[in-house]
Parts: sequence; structure tokens; C-alpha cells
Amino acid sequence: MNKNKKDVSIEFKHYQAAHCENGVTSSLLKFHGIELSEAMVFGLGSGIFFTYMPFYKLNGLPVISFRPYPGMIFNRVCRHLGVKIKRHKFPGKPEKAMEMLDTIIEQGIPTGCLVGVYHLSYFPDPYRFHFNAHNLIVYGRKNGDYLISDPIMETSVSLPHNELQRVRYAKGTYPPKGRMYYMNSIPEDYDLDAAIRKSILKASSQMLTIPIPLFGVKGIRYMARRMKKWPEKLGDRKASLYLGQVVRMLEEIGTGGAGFRFIYAAFLQEAANRLEIDWLHDCSAQMTEAGDKWREFAIIAGRIFKGRSSKDESYVAAADILLEIADREEKIYRQLKKIKHS
Amino acid sequence: MKKQEVPQDNEGMLEDKFRELCYAVDADGNYVTVHSTGWSPKNAAMKQAWEEIHIKTEEARQLVLAGKKSMLAYYMERSIMDVKLLSQYTGIPKRKIKRHLKPSAFQTLDKETLELYAEALKISVEELTDISRLEKRDE
Repeated sequence: MNKNKKDVSIEFKHYQAAHCENGVTSSLLKFHGIELSEAMVFGLGSGIFFTYMPFYKLNGLPVISFRPYPGMIFNRVCRHLGVKIKRHKFPGKPEKAMEMLDTIIEQGIPTGCLVGVYHLSYFPDPYRFHFNAHNLIVYGRKNGDYLISDPIMETSVSLPHNELQRVRYAKGTYPPKGRMYYMNSIPEDYDLDAAIRKSILKASSQMLTIPIPLFGVKGIRYMARRMKKWPEKLGDRKASLYLGQVVRMLEEIGTGGAGFRFIYAAFLQEAANRLEIDWLHDCSAQMTEAGDKWREFAIIAGRIFKGRSSKDESYVAAADILLEIADREEKIYRQLKKIKHS
Repeated sequence: MKKQEVPQDNEGMLEDKFRELCYAVDADGNYVTVHSTGWSPKNAAMKQAWEEIHIKTEEARQLVLAGKKSMLAYYMERSIMDVKLLSQYTGIPKRKIKRHLKPSAFQTLDKETLELYAEALKISVEELTDISRLEKRDE
């Protein structure tokens, strides 16, 4: 039935990114003539974060996140640059959501869509959980199929009408409800240097000063302290599942390695070069070291849930690395505050 | 992480559909992006999550074969769903789904309801109702 819709082609270049939201933001900006790297987008969005919320569970496992709430990076970057965004959602109206998508791409505007990955056929099966905060760009239609730029893929892909509709209406936690968004006004000029400074300050403050101890470096310490007791409190199986959850959040598709610490270090390096601030290079190097520590933690954790280490001692050893990471990161975020005066 | 240290532990988790983009530093200390086919601790964490799903699915299968649960219970676990999520996909109230998880209630379901379930679970009505398919997995 959709085969007779006419083809839509938009001159859109696909770029691979580590993370979907960074990738969508960066690719859409590039389409509109603003050349910013994924790392720059991530930095401008103050994407570095940590939270551990043991009282809030998903599939029986505590929520752990190395990035802010979905959509925040995109929003912050657009706000910094003065890019205007148009958004729609269509709860319970899939046909309307697809019609609106058609209308926008027919105007030649590539459009971001929020989707669930469970029914995403081009995704590798092992990654298809009921996860609903994935982003992709629709940039055309050919023989009734939609042309898709999914930032985590190496090349662009396509989806039939019914499949795209299905993933846009995935159910579960944070259902996308046909959400879509696009950039509809691009500023002539913007102050990137000022935006970089502001975003670094924001990152520093969200990692240091949120008063609730579940966030930022306090959150890392909190998780570390609890982790030491996981085996006795939860039993072996559950404790090892908790540990697995930390490693998945740290490394699963999209973090660029070490829970975004390497991407952020790349951003700090870019910022150092652009603003010609030497000490930022030093911060970048320290952030790389913190990232390496996170990977060291993952290796020990991996040994634990593969059952290749003596358990009680290992949880303590893993948690101690996290405490060291918290100290290192705290030092970095304190140094970053200096950006205000340099 | 150094460029040459970016792990390439391909254990099939990405099914060769793509390689992930990682950030690492080159010999001069500059950040570059490097493709990775996987990393062993992460692969292990993914496998662990699936193992847990397989254990639950197998438990459900045994209960179905023992006549204690309906086929719906098995396919629900296999699709990593719970009653709440299945209710959201089918529009069938949770209370009713809970009843349909019992073999007695499941057997009386009309075609329309079975189709709703089959559609949400991405299987055919025959699969959903043919218990002999579950027996074969014993091998």
C-alpha cells in the first residue's frame, strides 16, 4: 500500500558515532551547515554524568547511568547554538505519526525519531532488549521504504513502513509515542567559545554539586560503598547480575568506551586546542586516565561474573577502584571550574 | 586507552552487522576514533544478561510441559516481557493476562485474543498454541 508513495531523496550524509544522541545531533547540525564533531557535541551537551539509583529498578536491576536523561544533550547543544527545534509526539496515533514524518521529509528536512530497539531488525540480536531511548534520523523514502541514518551503524540502512511504525511505538519504560524532532531554524552566527566554557562549567557542577548523593562523584562513591556489601546482601547470583549491569552501562553500544570518559577527554582536547588553554590538555589526559581506571574496574568485574575469582575479596577490590576513580574525577572537575577565569 | 589497545574480542555479539566506534589516543596523544569488534568483559556482561533470560524461559517451558502454566507464559518470558509490557502491547488488561497464564483459561481463548498475543509476541497463532514445539527443545 505504501509502495506507490513517491520517492523522497534528501542530500544527507551518514556519519557513524559512538552514541546515538550525539550522532543524531552532530549529523543534523552538519546537514544544516554547522560542522561539529561528536566529541564537541557531547561536551557542549555536558554529557558526562553518573547516577546510581538502587531504589529505581529496570527489569529487577538498579538504574545506573553514565549520561544525563535522554534528549538532554540534544537540547543543550541546540540551546547553546541558538538552533530552534520543532518536536512532535502522537500518543496512540501511529498513522498520524507516520503521516507527519512523510510531510516533513517531503519538505527536504531530515528528521530525528525516538525508537525502541527490541523490534529494530538491523540491530544485532544480542542488543535487542526492550530499550526505548534510541535515536535515528529518517532522511528519505525509496520504493516505500524509509532511508535511515542510525548513528551507531557504519552505513545507512532502511526500514519498511510497518517496521518503522512499530519501533516508533515500542512499549515499556519511556515509550517513544511516535516522538520526532527536527531543526527548523539555524542561526547565522553563534559563539562556540562561550558555549564551550559554559558547558564545561555545567559538567563540573553536575558532577560535584548536586546535593542528593546519588549523582556525580558522590554517586560513584555511594555505589562503591554499597557494592562492597552486594554479595552478602543480595546473594551471589544477584550480586553478579548487579555487577554485570554496571559493566553493560559502562560499555554497551554507545559510550565510546569507559562510560563516555574517553569521548569527554576527546572533547577537552578539542576545547584546549580551540581556546588555546594549556591546562585543559592536562585535564584531558587525566580524564583518559580515569577512563582507563573504569576499564580496569570492568576487567575485574568481568572476572567476578565469569566466576574466575574469589568473590568477597573481589567485590571489595572492584569497589576500591571506583573510590579511586571518584577521587580522580573529583580533582578533574574541580580544575575545570577554572575555565570561568581563563 | 591507546589506539593499538582498542580491543577486538569478536565473540559474535555484534553479529558482524557493524563495528562500534571507540575513542582512543594515538602515539602523539591525540584523540582518534577506532572501530572495535567487541571487548571480552562487555561480552561477558551481555552473555550474563541473556543467560538470565534463558534460565527464566527454560523454567517457564518446564512449567508449561508440567501443565502448570500456559504457552503464553513461555513465549512471554522468551520475548523478555512481563505481564505489564504484554498488556501495553496487546491492550489486554493485566488481570486478564494473569488468568491466561493458566492452562485452563488459555485453552478457552477465542481466535481474536490469540491473534493479539501472537502479534505482540511476533509468532503465529499455531506456534502459540502448539505445545509439541516446546517438547522438541528437550534434545
